[in-house]
Amino acid sequence: MSNIPETGRTPRVTIRLVGLQILVFSLLLTLGGRLWYLQIRNGDEYTAEAANNHVQQVVHPAVRGSILDARGVPLADNETRLVVSASRTELMKMPDDGKAVLTRLADVLGMKPKDVLDKVRLCDAKTPQPCWNGSPYQPIPITDEASAKQALQIREREEDFPGISAEPTAVRRYAAPAGSNAAQVLGYLSPVTDEQVKAAEHTKSPLLRSDQVGSNGLERQYDSELRGKAGVTRYEVDNLGRVIGQRESQKARPGANVVTSIDSRVQAVAEKELDQAMRDARKQHDRNTGTNYKADSGAVVVMEAKTGRVVAMASNPTYDPNAWVGGISGKDYKQLTGKKSNYPLLNRAIQGQAAPGSIFKVIPTTAAVNAGYDFNGPYACTSSFNIGSQVFKNFESENYGGISLGRALEVSCDTVFYRIAYDEWKKDGGNKPKKKPGDWFYKTAHQFGLGKETGIDLPNEVTGRIPDRQWKKDYWKANKDAWCKSGKKDGSYGERIAYENCLEGMKMRAGDSVNYSIGQGDTLVTPIQMATIYAAISNGGTLHDPTVGKAIVSPDGKDIQEIKPKSHGKLPISAALHKKIDSALAGVATRGTAAWRFQGWPQSKIPMHAKTGTAEVYGKQTTSWFATYTKDYTVVMTISQGGTGSGASGPAVRKIYNALYGVDAKGGIDKKKALLPQPQAYLPKISSDGSIEAQPLGKQFETASRERRRGADS
Amino acid sequence: MSASTHGYSVRRFTPERGAWSKLMARDSVVRRLDWVLLLTALALSAIGGALVYSATRNRTELNQGDPYYFLVRHALNTGIGLLLAIGTIWLGHRTLRGAVPVLYGLSVILVLAVLTPLGSTINGAHAWIVIGGGFSLQPGEFAKITIILGMAMLLAARVDAGDRLNPDHRTVVQALGLAALPIAIVLLMPDLGSVMVMAMIVLAVLLASGASNRWIAGLILTAVVGALLVWQLHVLDQYQIDRFAAFANPALDPAGVGYNTNQARIAIGSGGLTGKGLFHGTQTTGQFVPEQQTDFVFTVAGEELGFLGAGLIIVLLGVVLWRACRIARDTTELYGTVVAAGIIAWFAFQSFENIGMTLGIMPVAGLPLPFVSYGGSSMFAVWIAIGLLQSIRVQRPVSA
Repeated sequence: MSNIPETGRTPRVTIRLVGLQILVFSLLLTLGGRLWYLQIRNGDEYTAEAANNHVQQVVHPAVRGSILDARGVPLADNETRLVVSASRTELMKMPDDGKAVLTRLADVLGMKPKDVLDKVRLCDAKTPQPCWNGSPYQPIPITDEASAKQALQIREREEDFPGISAEPTAVRRYAAPAGSNAAQVLGYLSPVTDEQVKAAEHTKSPLLRSDQVGSNGLERQYDSELRGKAGVTRYEVDNLGRVIGQRESQKARPGANVVTSIDSRVQAVAEKELDQAMRDARKQHDRNTGTNYKADSGAVVVMEAKTGRVVAMASNPTYDPNAWVGGISGKDYKQLTGKKSNYPLLNRAIQGQAAPGSIFKVIPTTAAVNAGYDFNGPYACTSSFNIGSQVFKNFESENYGGISLGRALEVSCDTVFYRIAYDEWKKDGGNKPKKKPGDWFYKTAHQFGLGKETGIDLPNEVTGRIPDRQWKKDYWKANKDAWCKSGKKDGSYGERIAYENCLEGMKMRAGDSVNYSIGQGDTLVTPIQMATIYAAISNGGTLHDPTVGKAIVSPDGKDIQEIKPKSHGKLPISAALHKKIDSALAGVATRGTAAWRFQGWPQSKIPMHAKTGTAEVYGKQTTSWFATYTKDYTVVMTISQGGTGSGASGPAVRKIYNALYGVDAKGGIDKKKALLPQPQAYLPKISSDGSIEAQPLGKQFETASRERRRGADS
Repeated sequence: MSASTHGYSVRRFTPERGAWSKLMARDSVVRRLDWVLLLTALALSAIGGALVYSATRNRTELNQGDPYYFLVRHALNTGIGLLLAIGTIWLGHRTLRGAVPVLYGLSVILVLAVLTPLGSTINGAHAWIVIGGGFSLQPGEFAKITIILGMAMLLAARVDAGDRLNPDHRTVVQALGLAALPIAIVLLMPDLGSVMVMAMIVLAVLLASGASNRWIAGLILTAVVGALLVWQLHVLDQYQIDRFAAFANPALDPAGVGYNTNQARIAIGSGGLTGKGLFHGTQTTGQFVPEQQTDFVFTVAGEELGFLGAGLIIVLLGVVLWRACRIARDTTELYGTVVAAGIIAWFAFQSFENIGMTLGIMPVAGLPLPFVSYGGSSMFAVWIAIGLLQSIRVQRPVSA
């Protein structure tokens, strides 16, 4: 009896069995090692990947803050509309991907089934609009114009409409209080672009693909404040995107309200008067072109002189900002951005630039005095001024004899400034400039803040242009090739100019300096720049960064961030000179070029100052400019191809002042009718719940608001 | 010879014992069973039940609204498997030796039937016969057993009879021919995973039979050349090539096979040391891994039970293989050794391939994890194999 089994095996088999055993266990060891590598060594990495795998977020957009006028009247707020939306994740669970449900929905909403189906498909390179650009986990809006009846139908037959919701949702509304529009100032919202999402990725307020962002005006400028913070719910989803659990939820935080310095009533008056002035100009005959004035565009700015706050800002042509709400139609977009409509999206108060003409003259006046010329003169105001064969005419060619600079302002005498400018040009070396030319006229313009942005709190402000020596050089470098190619010595007017420019365009010529001295030639300014300058003259010399925003009020009303007036410089004017210019500009309104427009103005009670400008534009009709100020306000108006300063813009500006101060045609002041005899000093009243109280508009404006609302709805 | 006579006489002349004491007697079959092997295999099937339940309880599209659908069937399969094992032990592997020609013929016919219109394609492998009533059969699983039994019968016959020390060339050729027929049919299905397992079985069987080294070397060479030919002659469909390549580089096909292997890796990797807890795996609940109750069942263990749980499965498989190796070593007749070696190769390679593909070190092939994966045919086959191992142990000649 042996315990050793009798194995009939050969040693070969025994050895091979051992080999097999070793092989088997090395396989198992390999598995164990790899398991350790994945789970222990790289476990964190895979844990992170697993977490990404199954979490999807749904965004609840925050209610956007309102934009209010200085008296608390909403310019842009939200209205509740019934939005019907479809949950893609729910629809995709159905055997037919929700086709039947969407077809039923189309029937209830009175839409075409195809349109509804197209709205819920996801955008990709091959899918044209309409399609859904946002997260597929986000409810996709089908319509924001559902009637209460339609919403009720959808809600009561929930079993017929799985995955469809009809919820009251806040939608932007531009309320047009008092009949004001302010489209370009307010801006608009548009769906966020991929670039914007990327750019905002690591900032304090990251954007989501479903977001609407302010794309222009105040909506853009104060976008991060107005937008608030969207709420996010994170869902756990499975591999098909079906929701299997909820993780965390973050409530949406509504956006802050922005109180502006705009007064909707003054805004309405400014818009109306600008429009009327342009209509009237189109009835006027232009002797130079032999046709009526085109008056193709215009702008007006009403500014608080002491702070730079904008009370009204109108640009014409204009449009209804509500066109953007709920997605702009292709037709509307084409119309708004087309040449035919003359680009109504442009805010011409800050984006329209033109030669200033004679409203520029406060600058050469200052320049001359600072360069050592006596204010009192006398300077010869001849009807024309010759440099060689070139004749520079006085506007209207009137001869006033020897006059002071002040009188030259009053009557807008060009030849006085031609002469001084030519004098200065020669002093600086003429055609062979000194190494360090005085360039008083150019330096002073820069000191007045021209040639750069005023810093207004609106996007895309343009700089205008001071055609100084540096600019001439840069401009020549950029254009000489084209000029030299097209220029001909004995060609047409344009060809001769090009020829001349090719040869000596880099040089500051006598004619350039002379033209520039009266705000002509290559000089470009914006209405907001001129408003800032005339406000500074009014307030004793402080150039303010104009502001539209006045305060940012948190949604609960507890945190109020005032936007304080900022200054970007002082006018280079001594107190004595200031007094003289001030009285000269008052003279313009009482006995000068604007006097006929301010007949009967209560000058003793409300001293009015003005300067007219009529700028010539090569190939076009003259630009009308009118710059005015009192101790409280500055009003600057311009009309492109509109005629003379006082002629085209004068009546409108006078009417704006009439409304502000309650002045009637005969010069009587009715304080009850005055819209804003003093600038609005205080912020509107903020209730304890955070809502901002709107002061009543007054009878005449309430009707206007309603009319405009009806117009916007139809 | 002497053992059976001896056993007969003992039974004849001892006084009648109660059934229980008979069962528990020192020399009873029950006492001689390898209980470690049996319990380990049962433990694997039990763990498998938990994992299958976790993977399927929320899958209404599969479980017909009954969260226990797969768990109940898994338990049923295990129970039937256990009965099959008991039946195999009762019959004994030697009895089965006589029935091998019948069993072999039957399995070849079944495998062939798959190629007829009776066969169905599931997951790209045309390897199934749908019986109806929710049942389907994978004849390839049973062919593994008959290949082992058939080859062992041929190779061990003359050795066990004491005629030769090692099988002669003629016998080896016969044995290879016997294996080649079902393998060729399975290759045509094509069920590459099973072909690989069968090739490993053939190799191990030849090794254990003591066939000459030249046969072993020749077989390995044939396998390599064959694989190259299969690759070059486009026997494979593109999906199979994709599957093959994507395990090494999931980025190759991130939405298809690469997605599966990547998700499997994420599931296992995110389990960490102790796992997310049974039923708490986000990858599992979210159904990010395909075929999670069958071929990818190991990912459930990896994610929910962590390194400890998944490692335990590997250890338990190791225990099964260790016991099988002992049985192969301890039996006196070559037939038992060869059968055990075939089973070892089968279990070892199939486990390695299955777990290896979830870990991203082996290409994806549709093979279940022995004892753990859901699936009737596979479960029955591995339990029959356990029965065979037990039978070899129980029936090994007791030292006289």
